[in-house]
Amino acid sequence: MLQEESDLSLIIAQIVQKLKGSSLYAQLERQAWASLQRPEIRLESLKEDIKEFFKISGWEKKLQNAVYSELNVYPLPSHPAAPPEHLKEPLVYMRKAQGSWEKRILKSLNSMCTELSIPLARKRPVGQQKELLNKWNEMGTDEPDLSLFRPVYAPKDFLEVLINLRNPNYENGDSLSFRTHLGLIQVPLKVKDIPELKECFVELGLNTGQLGIDDSTQVPPELFENEHVRIGQKVLAEQDSAAAQQYIRQGSPTALRAELWALILNISSQPEDILYYEQLKTNVIQHDLLVDSLIYKDVKLTASNDDYYFVFEDYLYQVLLCFSRDTSVLGHFAYNSASPPKSYIRGKLGLEEYAVFYPPNGVIPFHGFSMYVAPLCFLYHEPYKLYQTFREMYVRFFFRLHSISSHPSGIVSLCLLFETLLQTYLPQLFYHLREIGAQPLRISFKWMVRAFSGYLATDQLLLLWDRILGYNSLEILADLTQSLPHAAQALYH
Amino acid sequence: MSRPKNQNYKCHGSSKGKEREGEWDFYWCDVSWLRENFDHTYMDDHVRINHFRNHYELTRKNYMVKNLKRFRRQLEREAGKLEAAKCDFFPKTFEMPCEYHLFVEEFRKHPGITWIMKPVARSQGKGIFLFRRLKDIMDWRKGTAGKKFASLEAQPARAPTATVNPSGTHDTRSSDDQKDELPVENYVAQRYIENPYLIGGRKFDLRVYVLVMSYLPLRAWLYRDGFARFSNTRFTLTSIDDQYVHLTNVAVQKTSPDYHPKKGCKWMLQRFRQYLASKHSPQAVEALFSEIDNIFIKSLQSVQKVIISDKHCFELYGYDILIDQDLKPWLLEVNASPSLTASSQEDYELKTCLLEDTLHVVDMEARLTGKEKRVGGFDLMWNDGPVSREEGAPDLPGMGNFVTNTHLGCVNDRKNQLQQLFRSLQVQKKASS
Repeated sequence: MLQEESDLSLIIAQIVQKLKGSSLYAQLERQAWASLQRPEIRLESLKEDIKEFFKISGWEKKLQNAVYSELNVYPLPSHPAAPPEHLKEPLVYMRKAQGSWEKRILKSLNSMCTELSIPLARKRPVGQQKELLNKWNEMGTDEPDLSLFRPVYAPKDFLEVLINLRNPNYENGDSLSFRTHLGLIQVPLKVKDIPELKECFVELGLNTGQLGIDDSTQVPPELFENEHVRIGQKVLAEQDSAAAQQYIRQGSPTALRAELWALILNISSQPEDILYYEQLKTNVIQHDLLVDSLIYKDVKLTASNDDYYFVFEDYLYQVLLCFSRDTSVLGHFAYNSASPPKSYIRGKLGLEEYAVFYPPNGVIPFHGFSMYVAPLCFLYHEPYKLYQTFREMYVRFFFRLHSISSHPSGIVSLCLLFETLLQTYLPQLFYHLREIGAQPLRISFKWMVRAFSGYLATDQLLLLWDRILGYNSLEILADLTQSLPHAAQALYH
Repeated sequence: MSRPKNQNYKCHGSSKGKEREGEWDFYWCDVSWLRENFDHTYMDDHVRINHFRNHYELTRKNYMVKNLKRFRRQLEREAGKLEAAKCDFFPKTFEMPCEYHLFVEEFRKHPGITWIMKPVARSQGKGIFLFRRLKDIMDWRKGTAGKKFASLEAQPARAPTATVNPSGTHDTRSSDDQKDELPVENYVAQRYIENPYLIGGRKFDLRVYVLVMSYLPLRAWLYRDGFARFSNTRFTLTSIDDQYVHLTNVAVQKTSPDYHPKKGCKWMLQRFRQYLASKHSPQAVEALFSEIDNIFIKSLQSVQKVIISDKHCFELYGYDILIDQDLKPWLLEVNASPSLTASSQEDYELKTCLLEDTLHVVDMEARLTGKEKRVGGFDLMWNDGPVSREEGAPDLPGMGNFVTNTHLGCVNDRKNQLQQLFRSLQVQKKASS
């Protein structure tokens, strides 16, 4: 009990520390001062009266949402004395693997840079700046020559790295046999089995109504849909993050989704947020980065060719170019096993004073990266809203899909979960696929890395992402991937 | 996939098809063939042909405008201003050259707005241009079309109805006569919609399919699927010369330097409807789609008495609808021969299913009872009156919970529906034999 209490006070202290620097804190302070003029605030009971005022005016709810958001995003410290690397990734061999993968990517990027004699970053001449500003809303119409650029890496390259992951401390004594080496992933991570998954994802059980299933045309809306929509509207009226997250486990009605996601991700478009986005835009106009060409190429190769998303091409540039310059994203590296790549000012290699993070947000895009943003264009119209939502989604979920870690929502665990489920429950299918030379993971890996974007119809995809938000976990991706072979198996038989 | 001609029942498996030249039961013909041969072709009772003799009353822009204007006046007389306002889905249009004076009057009332000049009978975006000043149409007037202009301008303004028969129809022979005098091409000047609804900064229009089985009484079916055609370039009013921006017709887009064949720049209507549903309230989306239904009904009603009714005829129309930023739908035009060439796999499937279901509704093999409200992807939209969505409910629009039987952009589980339909028809047949 004592340990729990001290853990709790540690958590509270951390959250208070974090929120003290936020704009919400400043707003609360201002509100508290302003409330002193209200008749119901009395000097004798100042604290209680102000608390009461916050409750009635909805500020308490905002604070609750912020705290809830912090709890969701930041992992709880395992031990007060744990070093920061442990927060990123507790297992040494995983950290090492991530480190060497990063070195490879950076090497590839640098060599491309040298080959093409293009600097990693340069200031744009004023004429070009003006031109870009004019074309800001239609950057898709540009057709720069991108033939010399190649994506830094593709999901299949990453898969090769994961396949070769080994825990040097692990010796299970089994001789190399067929049964121990069925799957591609060979690391001993703990993943949930079906009974545990059932317990975790209880709202997805057959007895609970679901959007995407129980709102189909054959089912009368009175049975589930109408009531579900009504509850959704109530949740939005209350502006309660935690309630929204619980609600969305059963799927979100199309009309309410944009607001619900904003509530769950605790995104409120304050003037300072809009200003921040405009500043990022200015950065884009003033400086040209090598990664911009990579982003351009990726959008042209993937989203522009997609039947659904080609329409939103311009929005993708507006989001991704700003994203690479957003240094606030660096904050997520505290709990991401990856670290931002460092680059050095020309001629000062190795001197720490001249080191900068490159790109400024520390995230190097890979082939298909733009597909993380594309489905969001269905929900948000204003670029800054779209931007904020994408950034939140990235620092909460998407980063785990391309970094090596032992986290249960990390891509390694998802792959292992997928393979284990498939081997356990569909062994014949698994065996058959291997026999014909089609390792199941090789097929499903790219679906999971992209969180199914581009592989599922948008309405289905958004329902899937509803559940990711609802359960604050990516494990559902492995479950879905596993259920697709079920359908395949039915056909196979 | 090219437009099918002389189609037999190959897809149905039976063959009552044509053996010799001139003998056919079902003809999917060209409008030019129709013009030349319809009047002196004898057709048995069971024979079907895919055009009405004078379909141009609906599909030629100048005739359609006239018919709609006349219908609107009639509605105002009979049912009042509110009812007549339901016909205001067509942007103000003036036939050129005969309504030039009226056009100039309107032009002067709204200085600075953009107008679009369209040839009456051409398709695929040919010959269309935008203008804002009367000066801009000077060059055009200097061309062959303008010669007729000049002669007209010399005369006092004539009432347009002078060339129209009392019944309201346009005699084809009179336009042939005109042809002999001067090679004139008729144009219409139309108010350009300057605030189209944009998605991803791009302008788009909707192509929707309406199947009319008869005009007297009016029986029309609406196909659930269709598509939104996007302009490849971003919408701006600053460059009205860039026809690629403003014309969403796929044929025009294909020649744009930005065009990538893989893209196809189309969205299926379902996707479009989903997109709207995530941006606007369900009520707003419902209202938009019911206004679109209204466009079909009113436009068909306006030519109902004018089209030569013939039990052999049916027609599949391609309606082009533009949505503006206030979510108001506008009718751009109606096509009697909508393109059936496919620009992508999705497109190919849509058009194949569309044709299949058209043949099901035409029902050469007389399998249907005639009481069906849905056949495959087609929903019966109008049956001499509005059709209710509810099963078995009387089709009385006065009733509080009347919902029209249209499902544009909704789920199209046509295969299942057809299976069930034909199975139950077989059962009925067995029972009655």
